[in-house]
Amino acid sequence: MLAVDELAVRFGGVTALERVSFQVRPGSITSVIGPNGAGKTTAFNAITGYLRPTGGRVTYDGTSLTGLRPSAIARRGVVRTFQKTSVFPVLTVVDNVLTGLHLRGTAGFFAVLAGRRRLVAEERSLAAEASAIVDFVGLTHRRFEAAGALPYGEQRLVELAVALAARPRVLLLDEPGAGMTGSERIVVSGLIRRIREQGVTVLLVEHDMRMVMGISDTVIVLSGGRVIAEGAPAAIQAHPEVIRAYLGASAGSA
Amino acid sequence: MIRAGGWLLAVAALTLPFWLQSPYHVHVAIMAGIFGVLAMSLNLLLGYTGQLSLGHAAFFGIGAYASALLTLKLEWSFWPALAVAVALAGIAGFFIGRLALKLRGAYFVLVTISFAGVISLISVNWIELTNGPLGLPGVPAPELGPWSLRTKTAYYYLVLAAVALSYLVCRRLVRSRIGRALVALRENEALAESIGVDVTHYLVLAAVVSAAMAGLGGSLYAHYTRFVSPEVFLFTYTVTMVIMVVAGGKGTLAGPLVGAVLFTALPEALRAAASWQWQMLAYGVVLVLLVFLLPRGIVPRLGETLAGRHSAAAVAPAARH
Repeated sequence: MLAVDELAVRFGGVTALERVSFQVRPGSITSVIGPNGAGKTTAFNAITGYLRPTGGRVTYDGTSLTGLRPSAIARRGVVRTFQKTSVFPVLTVVDNVLTGLHLRGTAGFFAVLAGRRRLVAEERSLAAEASAIVDFVGLTHRRFEAAGALPYGEQRLVELAVALAARPRVLLLDEPGAGMTGSERIVVSGLIRRIREQGVTVLLVEHDMRMVMGISDTVIVLSGGRVIAEGAPAAIQAHPEVIRAYLGASAGSA
Repeated sequence: MIRAGGWLLAVAALTLPFWLQSPYHVHVAIMAGIFGVLAMSLNLLLGYTGQLSLGHAAFFGIGAYASALLTLKLEWSFWPALAVAVALAGIAGFFIGRLALKLRGAYFVLVTISFAGVISLISVNWIELTNGPLGLPGVPAPELGPWSLRTKTAYYYLVLAAVALSYLVCRRLVRSRIGRALVALRENEALAESIGVDVTHYLVLAAVVSAAMAGLGGSLYAHYTRFVSPEVFLFTYTVTMVIMVVAGGKGTLAGPLVGAVLFTALPEALRAAASWQWQMLAYGVVLVLLVFLLPRGIVPRLGETLAGRHSAAAVAPAARH
């Protein structure tokens, strides 16, 4: 289980996260929502090692992730995507995914130099795995195209495929539906459900309420760097503090 | 077709001394080979990790001095001296890699320049060891069992073997998950880390292999010219390597070799054709033209032209639907 405990992040005098605690149940789809500037992406960055928290800790299955580098956190099965589209632009779609399979390969420096025969088999199985993942996200028709040349929505799918290639046990998705058309969002929602069915825990930041309410088991609401509500989608939608945070104090008092 | 071309090139390289008219031409071929090794070495860093080392002559010089000193002062034979020269350059690469790790881009460039400056100063000022600016004459020619590799033709084959070995090392690295990790760091470091690529490990690895390979070039140079002086650290050597890599095509396997052959042969050809004022001018014009016309280098452009023809043929049947 991924547990965030009293996580705090301050940038100089600005408090981005103020003692945020929550837990992500294994096998669940948990969403983090909140108005702009609530600290959602900051929380992601602090959990995955891109930002060193000023206080608190993050543990996964009892081991601490705090202070580890992103690559070490990925090795422990906690893998993220980025809010801004992030692919290897000059590589083809399938090579993006093959690169994402880094942790699945075993070849070390000397084995590579010696040109061991077993590496040929490994490369072949990685290539097969890469094309299976490309098929899974539905980019088979694009597999030999440079990722950077694809339309925005498809680049986001490449990003998802690259993250999946790292074989996450917890997958953190930072606004996977941003900039997508409605139908693309439905596809992504479907993919997220199928990823969860494969036993991967999903934690996502998302603005699209229809998507959040449709796929989440649990919704966590951040506002002003604090958790103001946590619960099932239906409960969250009716939560007075959430309504106030989203619609402003005047709407709450009206 | 590309494979056939590769074999043809290999045969041409193996028989080259028999086609060349004079020892001078063999000399040019040897220098092209040594620079080929150096350019491939620089390409590992510049082309694959995206980090520009402007102190690469330092690793070249360390290899040259180590090999010369071991054979001259300790009277080692060539082969162990070569191995130690490569190892020492690799160790220097390790420290530069560690040191420069937090400093990417412009800072990495500065660290490597300074490193070359420091090493160069040592070679000038540690007179008891290096003989200072006078340099070390009389570096022995290598021997292979009963044969001396004193002749240019024999040395050509030694260099050719080194080129082949370096090429093989680069090729195996680049076409493995290690090469993919390096390219991932070049293309998008944050994303690379998110999928578990250890930045420290791979950048240092690339720096070590690159430096060791430059050390190999340095040792070969020392035992070929039979003389080593602080000139081996000249910035010009580094610049030449960069030109070769960029013109040939950085981040490609064949690019540095193409660049090395071109930019070793070009000044020599110009020397025969024109007075020296015109030589530099013509060299400059060729360089500017290359940068303008083939900004990504000769090899990528060539690859595109070939691939363009292929994909045109592949698209044609599909277009019928």
